[in-house]
Amino acid sequence: MREITYRDALKEAMAEEMRRDPAVFVMGEEVGYYQGAYKVTRGLLEEFGPGRVVDTPIAEAGFAGVGVGAAMTGLRPVIEFMTWNFSLVAFDQIVNNAAKMYQMSAGQFRVPIVFRGPNASARQVGAQHSHAVEPFYTNVPGLAVAYPSTPRDAKGLLKTAIRSDDPVVFLEGETLYNVKGEVPDAAEDETIPFGKARIARTGKDVTVVTWGRPYGTVMELAETMAKEGIELEVVDPRTLRPLDHRTIVESVKKTNRCVVVHEHWAHGGPGAEIVDRVQREAFDHLDAPVLRATNLDVPMPYAAHLEQSVIVGADRIRAAISAVLYHS
Amino acid sequence: MSSNQELLAQYRQMQVIRRLEEEAARAYVQGKIGGFLHLYIGQEAIAVGCEAALRKTDFVITTYRDHGFAFVRGTSARAIMAELFGKDTGCARGLGGSMHMFDGPNRFLGGHGIVGGHCALASGVGFRSKYLGTDDVCVCFFGEGATNIGGFHEALSLAGLWKLPVVFVCENNLYSMGTPLERTMPARDLTDKAPGYGMARDRFQGQDVLEVTKRLGAAVERARSGGGPTLIEIITYRFRGHSMSDPGKYRTSEEVEEHKRTGDPCQIARDHLIKLGVAEAELASVDASVEAEVADAVRFADESAPATVDSMHRFVHADPTLVEGGA
Repeated sequence: MREITYRDALKEAMAEEMRRDPAVFVMGEEVGYYQGAYKVTRGLLEEFGPGRVVDTPIAEAGFAGVGVGAAMTGLRPVIEFMTWNFSLVAFDQIVNNAAKMYQMSAGQFRVPIVFRGPNASARQVGAQHSHAVEPFYTNVPGLAVAYPSTPRDAKGLLKTAIRSDDPVVFLEGETLYNVKGEVPDAAEDETIPFGKARIARTGKDVTVVTWGRPYGTVMELAETMAKEGIELEVVDPRTLRPLDHRTIVESVKKTNRCVVVHEHWAHGGPGAEIVDRVQREAFDHLDAPVLRATNLDVPMPYAAHLEQSVIVGADRIRAAISAVLYHS
Repeated sequence: MSSNQELLAQYRQMQVIRRLEEEAARAYVQGKIGGFLHLYIGQEAIAVGCEAALRKTDFVITTYRDHGFAFVRGTSARAIMAELFGKDTGCARGLGGSMHMFDGPNRFLGGHGIVGGHCALASGVGFRSKYLGTDDVCVCFFGEGATNIGGFHEALSLAGLWKLPVVFVCENNLYSMGTPLERTMPARDLTDKAPGYGMARDRFQGQDVLEVTKRLGAAVERARSGGGPTLIEIITYRFRGHSMSDPGKYRTSEEVEEHKRTGDPCQIARDHLIKLGVAEAELASVDASVEAEVADAVRFADESAPATVDSMHRFVHADPTLVEGGA
């Protein structure tokens, strides 16, 4: 199978869906003439024109709301936030309008919209540009939250998101855009269903659940630890809402130990939700408390060495794995 | 339809809204309606005049003071009252309530509870018209209290930039809850904001339904013919409190009585009709039919089955595979 970047996988998903359905359009800051702040929309303007690849002023609440209104009346917007940090000024549109409209109207108004963009830490961009927002959005009934960790998942999940009749929060790893991986070509039209976790690596000793930036760190660590005789089973939920807790629980029933690794702050959020599920549904199978390795509980500092200490890395992940194995 | 008959029909619509709201207030006191209840009494000419300026294929979106708009768009008095009573037969099956009435087939995009939060949706509906190449217009209502929040400004900014077919209508009822406009906004004429967004403007008194129809009609036609959005300020007055929990201590009873005496939209329409030669007997017969319709709506709401647990869950996601597994 051919290899492409995570960035191009996302672009292909949008282009293929725009070819398939004239109701699909892309809107956001710098998505057209500038070709995307992270170049995810590169080439879309040339193929689809400014009517469907729509540059906006810096007005997230405004254009997120425009997307919701257009979706309520039959279009299928893909709204790009330059980063998810900026979605916080559009929070009302996502939570109060997109997520609640279908139920408030008793099914009279659907909101088939995708909000997408890069999430979580990057490189020394400071406290206001490094936010992992998944705890906010996974808390909201009415939203689906996808967070692909590989190019193949990025493409297949985004195609599913665009075809969904519900609002989707689509989180992309800012540090994953250049990651290459195998992705089926357009002819295969692969879509990946929501609510189905992927077992990225099988192993018998510890289940590690992870997504986003730490996914790569965990996969590398799994190689290293395999040489030491410790076999990790890595589970990538792919969507955090709906969450495929069954696959996670089944894995823990096999390994009897579980570590959850994520970038979002540890207080609440999908990380804590997974721990709750595991302790309730696999209690009798657990040989150790479920632990988490996460970013530190501070706003992201600028200085490189401090930032590196905050972002969850191999050391903290290894320490958590050793702890559930009772290795000192 | 002759203009007399049109005005008579509009008078009847205003009377239904008035009487529905009065009965809602009564039911609220009886405990049959809960939560917040914002009455439209005193502002009826605006919803009714707007509808007369629209096609059925146009869209309307408004705030939580939405019962009258649902009615003029085509939602039945029964479905409105049943929604207030939290019944399965309500226009949102008892899931929305007073602040969140919707009517999909009649293109009523709701009743919204976050001040300024719905304005950008109207721009989105205008975007859709442009995208699809239709001439559907969207009219967006809000109170003067919404004009200081960011959602309002971003919505107008985008509508002006893209020349969208949207008419933004401020129903200025003089009090943002309990705060008069002069304490919240430096400008006295809020349509002063329109030129900054590159849009047309208009400002007028909204108690006479004929005037509302004419002035809104001009803005709607401008939007439909590609002339872009308009910002309109309609000066009006609500005869009741902001909501049922408002004791109204920020204004005098003399002020309220004066507005009722000189600016009652139902009475103004009635006076027009009498001048046009419509007989008192005909008006009385209209009033009687209104009473019957409203009484029927209250009875229907009372007797309807309550909102269901099934709909509460069923409408969270359009795609059932997205439903979380539960606790």
